[in-house]
Amino acid sequence: MADSEILSCPNRRDFLGKATAVVGAAGVAAACWPFISSMNPSTDTLEKATTEVDVSAIQTGQMETVSWGGKPVFVVHRTDAQVASMKNSQGGHDPQSDADRVKKSEWLVVVGVCTHMGCIPAKNEDGWLCPCHGSVYDNSGRILHGPAPKNLVVPPYGFVSDSKIVIGEA
Amino acid sequence: MVSRVIEWVDQRFPLTSFVKHDLTEYPTPRNLSYWWNFGFLAGFVLVLQIATGIFLAMYYKPDVNLAFDSVQHIMREVNYGWLLRYIHSTGASAFFVVIYVHMARTLYYASYHKPRELMWWTGQGLMLLIMATAFMGYLLPWGQMSYWGAQVITNLFGVTPFFGDQIVLWLRGDFSVGDATLTRFFALHYLFPFLIFALVGIHLVALHTVKSSNPSGISLADKDNIPFHPYFTLKDFFGLGVYLIVFCAFVFFSPNTFIEPPNNIPANPLMTPAHIEPEWYFLPFYAILRAIPDMLGGVVAMAVSVLIFAILPFADRTSIPGGARYRPIYRAMFFIFLADVLLLGYVGAKPPTGYFVPLGQAATLVYFATFFLLPFVSKAEERWMRARGLPADLQALFQQRPPRDKWNDKGETR
Ligand code: FES
Repeated sequence: MADSEILSCPNRRDFLGKATAVVGAAGVAAACWPFISSMNPSTDTLEKATTEVDVSAIQTGQMETVSWGGKPVFVVHRTDAQVASMKNSQGGHDPQSDADRVKKSEWLVVVGVCTHMGCIPAKNEDGWLCPCHGSVYDNSGRILHGPAPKNLVVPPYGFVSDSKIVIGEA
Repeated sequence: MVSRVIEWVDQRFPLTSFVKHDLTEYPTPRNLSYWWNFGFLAGFVLVLQIATGIFLAMYYKPDVNLAFDSVQHIMREVNYGWLLRYIHSTGASAFFVVIYVHMARTLYYASYHKPRELMWWTGQGLMLLIMATAFMGYLLPWGQMSYWGAQVITNLFGVTPFFGDQIVLWLRGDFSVGDATLTRFFALHYLFPFLIFALVGIHLVALHTVKSSNPSGISLADKDNIPFHPYFTLKDFFGLGVYLIVFCAFVFFSPNTFIEPPNNIPANPLMTPAHIEPEWYFLPFYAILRAIPDMLGGVVAMAVSVLIFAILPFADRTSIPGGARYRPIYRAMFFIFLADVLLLGYVGAKPPTGYFVPLGQAATLVYFATFFLLPFVSKAEERWMRARGLPADLQALFQQRPPRDKWNDKGETR
């Protein structure tokens, strides 16, 4: 088997050389992972506490902005007229029904970060207007027009009582 | 004694021959104008930024609770802290002025042509690194503009198909720009200048291989080259003097020109300033970003608008040297492009409403059209120029050209 012809076969060397290079490259790539991964949010950041909101103080037609993990969250007490008009619309270029976006129809809870580039939209009668590039959202936080691609995000939240909501994963 | 020390070193390291080859006797075209000063100036600004930056870092604290106050501390209590900071903040703008002029000169004389493609591309790499460094440095004072600028720009990466959200999360290390973001931006802002420094080294090695371009656009005969020292050391230092007069005027008399007022308010993640505007040097690209109504399209257009300069050595298909100096149509295109970039910068600073929207879109169209038309225009222009007969001084230059110019042995290209 190990005759000199096989031993001196240059292709065997080629194969060994290439195999070493491939394994070495894979090893280097694997060694990069801890560095790359270290830049992802740390565990304590991921476990950011939930935010409790007492909604009893929010009058009909009013909005309160609360901070949840560093992000603003809009809690809106919608008027009956607003609820009714939102029921009948599907929003703009990211259609979704109002019922899928609320837990109780008079309460709208959305993350107050424009889905375009992250500015904070300003509230008005008909919804929100983003000051940065003019995206317009309706009273269900759905994008109507402007450069923002998506509706305002509905965060995970739940009513713990009639007057209290908890934002964040329970 | 000195000569013996030098001799001792020379036996172990090519010191004298290096200084001779690359500095004192380095052959430089004698017809370089003051437009050729800006490379040297860029190097000077880089060194000054690194120097002031290191001293600022001795007092700066990259922590969301301390950053803003530590900058105020530098400004008010640290000895000459105000000076270091104003030199650094003004220097960032000055850096862009200098490299933009340096680029404009290269465009005007079409110096990116063979054999200087690598000069052009390493220069492009330098520009990208400088942009990244400036962007990250801008977050550090942790003012309102710092915060929202970083928020908006990191958000742009969210358009990446499939992984958008993960990439934004990874860049920030948090769900919004926060402490992790600030600290990593500081670390990278400290690292990047050294990468820039290394790339400048490569840029210079390439330069000393292909030698400086010159306004005529063709390599000159040996008799038309003069040693770098003393002729161009003097010329560069004179230019530096003029530069420093302007620079110091800003540092000492109007240091807040380049600091947006909202940045004197500490960052507030729950409140967006009424009008977000990037630093002036990003405005043209920002205008292109906003000109496209679709977000993904806008981000792609912006990225392309920065990178597209790399195609110029191929896109400009003429064999007439000297760029705009001898080519009337190229010259017209150069000035149209320059005016267009200024217009984009103006639009980028305005709110995206009313007639600024179509204006920005038209300017974006002109911007890209320039690059896409260039291959055809440059060919047609050459045909037209040759039919009409080349200008006499250009003919004369062709005649004088050294017979076996190592870059021009085929045909009569640059
Ligand atoms: S960030 Fe809201 S429209 Fe651009």
